[in-house]
Amino acid sequence: MLWMSTPPGHIDVSIEHKRADPARSDGRGDHPNTCPTCGSHYRDEELADTLRVCPQCGHHFPVRAPERIAQLADPGTFDEEDAELRSADPLEFFDLKPYVERLAEAELRTDLGDAILTGRAAIDGHACRIAAMDFSFMGGSMGSVVGERFARACERSADEGGVVVSVAASGGARMQEGILALMQLPKTVAAVGDLQDAGGTLLSVLAHPTTGGVTASFASLGDVILAEPGALTSFAGPRVVAQTTREKLPDDFGLAESNYRFGHVDAVVVRSELRSTLARLLRLFGGAR
Amino acid sequence: MSNDAELGLRDRLAQLSGVKLLRGTRLSTELQRLERQLERLRDDTSDEEIWRRVELARHEKRPYTLDYVERLLDDWFELHGDRGRMDDRAIVAGLGSLDGRTVAVIGHQKGRDLKERAIRNFGMANPEGYRKAIRTMQLADRHGFPIVTLVDTPGAHPGIAAEQHGQGGAIARSQACMLRLGVPTVAVVIGEGGSGGAVAIAVADRVLMQENAIYTVISPEGCAAILWRDAAKAKKAASAFKPDAAHCLELRVIDGIVPEPAGGAHADPDAAAALLRESLIAHLDDLASLAPDELRRSRRAKFRSMGVLAHV
Repeated sequence: MLWMSTPPGHIDVSIEHKRADPARSDGRGDHPNTCPTCGSHYRDEELADTLRVCPQCGHHFPVRAPERIAQLADPGTFDEEDAELRSADPLEFFDLKPYVERLAEAELRTDLGDAILTGRAAIDGHACRIAAMDFSFMGGSMGSVVGERFARACERSADEGGVVVSVAASGGARMQEGILALMQLPKTVAAVGDLQDAGGTLLSVLAHPTTGGVTASFASLGDVILAEPGALTSFAGPRVVAQTTREKLPDDFGLAESNYRFGHVDAVVVRSELRSTLARLLRLFGGAR
Repeated sequence: MSNDAELGLRDRLAQLSGVKLLRGTRLSTELQRLERQLERLRDDTSDEEIWRRVELARHEKRPYTLDYVERLLDDWFELHGDRGRMDDRAIVAGLGSLDGRTVAVIGHQKGRDLKERAIRNFGMANPEGYRKAIRTMQLADRHGFPIVTLVDTPGAHPGIAAEQHGQGGAIARSQACMLRLGVPTVAVVIGEGGSGGAVAIAVADRVLMQENAIYTVISPEGCAAILWRDAAKAKKAASAFKPDAAHCLELRVIDGIVPEPAGGAHADPDAAAALLRESLIAHLDDLASLAPDELRRSRRAKFRSMGVLAHV
């Protein structure tokens, strides 16, 4: 029931992933459909059928935004909003190639306008908005468009006293937008404030990885915060922390389970139960008298 | 090359850029050629200028928060601790009298010598520091004290305990707290405005930068290491993301620039403090007549509008 719509074209997110965090490129499975935990290898359809969870060991593979929405929303209910928004390039940023070129490439590769997909949906009959991030679009980095789409989703929901379900997967702020990317932190925080002050709700799901600016803004402000098993959800990445402190990191450093233990997430939820868990919460938050 | 040459090039570029190009299509060769020229022009001039400001912002003799506190405030009373775990010395907070009114001041604090640098953790705060900031802001809000924050940090501390104690959430909640305040708030970047650790205490009605301060999404070295795979390209990174006050003002991320004495704030801390005092008092006077709801509303609207967008 959760995977009725067609999975989107296969895109290798592992390369972006390694670039964002070289500490994890330890040779554990190079192919995106090879389980980095147990080494099992799957065809793409096999993984789509298991919600991209390894049937052998339970490892949660990354899920792209359209597929995430298909997993969570009632079939046919998702109605995308603000699809026309694109990043401008006010800094005329140029590293090894121009930012505009990186954007165009990312759009061609992922078929997304930016690293977040937002819109109306229903989960088990409960109307809400979903804001799902996509790590394969420039490492899920947050620039003006991610901030704007998220903020608009909050504003529209605030008008209705509704619920926003966010699914974060992000390496942090988008460097190519410089200081404007940093300003997306207070922008999204302001949007959550407006939503919550209007009686609305943010249900925040943290998927692997949720780091940097997204952890330091809206993703940490959910009325309820859920995380997927094994998801890295930290402010600073393990490599930076290891280099700075020169200490050996705990095995579960920054992982969802550690954050649960330290009191930063309400529950670690396996992917097969994410939809039903969100449905329960939507029911509870809709039950005020 | 002269400024005139740059202006001429900018003009032609603006004209060419005005021509609608489909997204993803290649820019015309003429446009590319002009852009390369402009790039070289910038390399010759403003790159050095920007890097000089990065160096001044990090200058070891640059005045820090407490240097300004002792010059700006009467009756400074420092508050300690987050009321939960500890006192983070990388952020100082307290009450004092500025020009006859009680204000709360919160700022990052770097150390001057090796010992103090260790105590202050180079101005890199842990979650406890942001929680101390939050409780101080809430205290000020209850009593109607305006809040001044002084931002000067390479970034929030990347550490094992920092993560275990909720660094990301603390930074997010500090911003959320600032957006809820009903008292006037002025933030001034006085040195390094490093990423999330900086913006955590910079979500203010008026955000100012001193002339030689920088405000960045990531350190130039960090950016260079990621995008160029070479930390030595920091200068290049800095000129690419333009962290100086003039550019931040142009992007409307800040509301004003606080002048410094000739040679930079470290050359004459007393004069720097006097200039800062003048700015602070002017902005606080300006905000004094606004009702709490109006302050909240316009502060949120300001941050809500940040970013630059295109449409397809």
